[in-house]
Amino acid sequence: MNGVHDLGGLHGFGPVVAEADEPVFHAEWERRAFALTLAAGFLGEWNIDMSRWAREQMPPARYLAASYYEHWLWGLEHLLVERGLLTREELEARVAVLRRGEAR
Amino acid sequence: MSGGHEHEHDVEYTAPLGETELRVKALESLLTEKGLVDPRALDELIDLYEARVGPRNGARVVARAWVDPAYRKRLLENASAAIAELGFTGRQGEDMVVLENTPRVHNMVVCTLCSCYPWPVLGLPPVWYKSPPYRSRAVLDPRGVLREFGVAVGDEVEVRVWDSTAEVRYLVLPERPPDTEGRSEEELAALVTRDSMIGVGRPKAPERRPR
Repeated sequence: MNGVHDLGGLHGFGPVVAEADEPVFHAEWERRAFALTLAAGFLGEWNIDMSRWAREQMPPARYLAASYYEHWLWGLEHLLVERGLLTREELEARVAVLRRGEAR
Repeated sequence: MSGGHEHEHDVEYTAPLGETELRVKALESLLTEKGLVDPRALDELIDLYEARVGPRNGARVVARAWVDPAYRKRLLENASAAIAELGFTGRQGEDMVVLENTPRVHNMVVCTLCSCYPWPVLGLPPVWYKSPPYRSRAVLDPRGVLREFGVAVGDEVEVRVWDSTAEVRYLVLPERPPDTEGRSEEELAALVTRDSMIGVGRPKAPERRPR
């Protein structure tokens, strides 16, 4: 399937910028998002093709604006909801609770 | 989170979390409560891929191939098995293909669709490898991309670009640097860079030995 993730040969993205002595992760949330994705994958509810497919469903404009582990997070949320391991409502409710806690 | 003087520091230093950070925290807390993930397992996974699995593994494979012709042959014929001989196995490296650079052929690896990369030998990919500029241009203008990485490839050399998939992962076997006769496998491994195994760099030149 083609889509915005199918980037081979597209023009206009500019030069490749490599970071010197790049760390494996750039923020703590990236570490947790990475590990959560792997650990949830071990539940056996989906395979690698399903997780890639899920990431590719991100709306195109958001996909291009998002960082790599934001793609992962988006895909993980959708797979968990799709497989019935989590509901959208409980996730949003928990986000709201944390947001209030952080704003105090 | 902030150690001994939480109350002062919370006011002073704790900026509100960004939306993405909040979502990750929300997911981790919910999945932990449901018993679907174990936070200690998460810590273990992070440590594995941050501290233990990385391009030093691939460098050992390359150095072994440089010193041991029989190993090199096995590596080119059945990369997954030859890499497993050195103990490197696991996720995102189940089906490996090793691409041999020669004076006539330069190989480079990309994943245009996402980020497929041989984790057991290179660890997790750098940001540029997963970014739109590299994914779009590696297949359109590979020589231009190589120039940006400081790799000059002569017109007489064929450049082959390999687009990874979820099934097959590639490792480039760079050419052994000149003036390395008699170097130990360990010394040679220290010359092998991550980028040289993706095909966007060359191994380091050896330091001269005092005569």
